Amino acid sequence: MADFVALWVYLSATPLFGLTATLVVYVVAHALYQRAGQAAWANPVLWSVVTLAASLLATGVPYPSYFSGAQFIHFLLGPAVVALGWPLWQRRAQVRQRWGRLLVAALLGGAAASGSAVALAWAVGLPPEVILSLVPKSVTAPVAMGIAEKLGGIPALAAVFAVLTGLVGALSAKWVFKLMRLPYTGAGWPARGFALGTAAHGIGAARALQVHADAGAYAGLALGLQVVLASLLMPLLTGALAWLR
Amino acid sequence: MQGLRGLAWLLAMQSVGELLARALSLPFPGPVVGMVLLLIALRWPLVREPVAQCADFLLSHLSLLFIPVGVGVMTHLHLLGTYGGRIALVIVVSTWVGLAVTAWVLFRLTPASESEDGHG
Repeated sequence: MADFVALWVYLSATPLFGLTATLVVYVVAHALYQRAGQAAWANPVLWSVVTLAASLLATGVPYPSYFSGAQFIHFLLGPAVVALGWPLWQRRAQVRQRWGRLLVAALLGGAAASGSAVALAWAVGLPPEVILSLVPKSVTAPVAMGIAEKLGGIPALAAVFAVLTGLVGALSAKWVFKLMRLPYTGAGWPARGFALGTAAHGIGAARALQVHADAGAYAGLALGLQVVLASLLMPLLTGALAWLR
Repeated sequence: MQGLRGLAWLLAMQSVGELLARALSLPFPGPVVGMVLLLIALRWPLVREPVAQCADFLLSHLSLLFIPVGVGVMTHLHLLGTYGGRIALVIVVSTWVGLAVTAWVLFRLTPASESEDGHG
């Protein structure tokens, strides 16, 4: 038993542990997600995060030693953001033709998500650093971290809020659209996908891709647009939000 | 090999993006500048063919890449313990508002002729 403990202490401190744990847990969560018929509640990110966080807390492994291995996966977010140029380029003709309305929807939707978060957070009395970390919640995590830092929020908290937002979007979008009575034909799918990419970034886009090809394409486009718009416009709010601090 | 060549292109674009963002103190993160550079470079088959493979692979596993950061939730349990209910309320409601506004605006602005069966 003592040997086992000594081995565990050794293994859990090496980068190999964090990397292996992340991949294995995700592969299992993804297999269960397929088994569950890709039901929204079986979201593999949600269950991987819950499983990993609970195991780390239970075994007393600190987050930094987990992250020393998981950072190799985290690092790929950078090239993945660059790679978003590819689906955008593939649909350049469509985008060029519908540029105006897509831009209006991205601007209004992004502003509505961010604005309603700040207003509601302020109304329920959340502390300033939490409110400032909520501003970029609908932008993909690595970009949200950079924006939160510029605004004076907490980057790590902004990343967690972004992931939670993505999960809420992926889990519940179906019912929001149902309530709105969006049709399951024609313009209904692009609107659904674009909304998922705008309000729930990569996690919403991953969901849209699984549900409908048109929705997936528009979700990828929306999340790319949101990255550009948010990193251009949100830092301008630094002055406007200064009264919070 | 195509996939590796694609990854090399993506990383090169990101690096140039980081350098440009720093040197010109642009408001964008480096990878976003890299994405714009990639959009320009994709017109050349030398870039396009390898990047297509690597990008499709990376983006099909996009959700995996969010897990390390998501697990970071465990370091903020004190904040979530104090404000958890209110934070959850804010995140859920604002996400629904964002979804509904975006979908509604885009659906309303789409001419009926583009919906195959004339909805909208």
